[in-house]
Amino acid sequence: MEKVSKFSLKDVNLWYSDFQALKNINMEIPANFITAFIGPSGCGKSTLIKSLNRMNDLIEGCRITGDILLDNESIHGNIDVNMLRKRVGMVFQKPNPFPMSVFDNVAYGPRTHGIKSKFRLNEIVEKSLCDAAIWDEVKDRLKKSALSLSGGQQQRLCIARALSVQPDVLLMDEPTSALDPISTAKIEELVIKLKDSYTIVIVTHNMQQATRISDRTGFFLLGELVEYGKTERIFSVPKDKRCEDYITGRFG
Amino acid sequence: MRRFDIQLAELNDMLIEMGAMIEKAITQASQALKEQDVELAKKVMEEEKYIDRQEKDIEALCLKLLLQQQPVAKDLRTISAALKMITDMERIGDQAADISEIIVMMGGAPYIKKLEHISQMGEATIKMVTESIDAYVKKDLQLAKAVIKYDDVVDDLFDRVKFELIELIRAADSNCEQAIDLLMIAKYFERIGDHARNIAKWVVFSIRGRKTKKG
Repeated sequence: MEKVSKFSLKDVNLWYSDFQALKNINMEIPANFITAFIGPSGCGKSTLIKSLNRMNDLIEGCRITGDILLDNESIHGNIDVNMLRKRVGMVFQKPNPFPMSVFDNVAYGPRTHGIKSKFRLNEIVEKSLCDAAIWDEVKDRLKKSALSLSGGQQQRLCIARALSVQPDVLLMDEPTSALDPISTAKIEELVIKLKDSYTIVIVTHNMQQATRISDRTGFFLLGELVEYGKTERIFSVPKDKRCEDYITGRFG
Repeated sequence: MRRFDIQLAELNDMLIEMGAMIEKAITQASQALKEQDVELAKKVMEEEKYIDRQEKDIEALCLKLLLQQQPVAKDLRTISAALKMITDMERIGDQAADISEIIVMMGGAPYIKKLEHISQMGEATIKMVTESIDAYVKKDLQLAKAVIKYDDVVDDLFDRVKFELIELIRAADSNCEQAIDLLMIAKYFERIGDHARNIAKWVVFSIRGRKTKKG
């Protein structure tokens, strides 16, 4: 059965002033799939993932043509950017908890969206921390500073924070590159579990991670989407020689 | 050249070497059969252990490469195909030794029939083994497919040999024990053909990422 697209990218071009960072990207990102973006540094994969919730809007000189549809609706049309970012959450490479308590980190988003009820906030915080597979580790120290957690715990806290506003999509830009193998394994397990409820797009430099967790993989090079397809196929029988050279380490 | 490419080249060389060893084993077993050369047959049996050792060495290298390099794409296909191919290659070595053991047991007793079709089976399997290894080395998809198809020739020859031997046994005026021995030799050649066909199928997999339609 054909998967429903969460994102549809139509002829997306993006420039940073004179530099064209994305060239004519066309792709469908299926709902409830994990889609991995791979490619060498500077290939445009992080630019593209940031375009999915318009984080690039903040960059001076950034210009975009073509369109990105979220559930068949343009994210560049008549849409509230704050609501877009509520629906499309993001987790970054380095864990970036706010310098406040574990509880307040997770409650921050719901509070900014107007939820004041203590009972409701307690509910959201517990559910988000449970969904991010960190509840058992922090339930007795919700009032402690988030900065006292380990790197892996901080990253899962950031995932809980992203989940607290009930997004549809989770964008992850190299979410485990600063973590040890055990924390990485926990995040990977978590991401696989989350795809039942969320659409996940992940940028990774770790090929094995892409093969382990993603359903679809897109290989980017010099701003182009060179090859895109089922992860297992990309990593066993890639069609494009540039993709084969990159994933087998013979690039450049 | 980076280290992984050097290791893959080493794997390639070891497979070619193992291919040469099994080709030699079948060639000598065939020759020993034709010339009733018991000493040559004993030599094939004796040298089987080198084929086994080569299989173990290649297996160890493949496992090391899987562990160290975590290969993908054509590298993964090359290494996984190699791991599967050496099992068939080792079995071919075993069967050449099994044929030789029967030759030794038969001693120099005159043959009850001219070994026309069994000899042809020997030649056909040598061709299949040589070409399957060639196909691997040259990444030649067409040659690999030709080997797979050629297995039918060996199977037909086996049916002929079987029919001829049944006729001889039915006539009951010949050495039935030798007829059974010859049938077993023919069956071993037929199995060697199957293993060569399997090797060729893994060559197809290593080139295009999937095996033939019939698996």
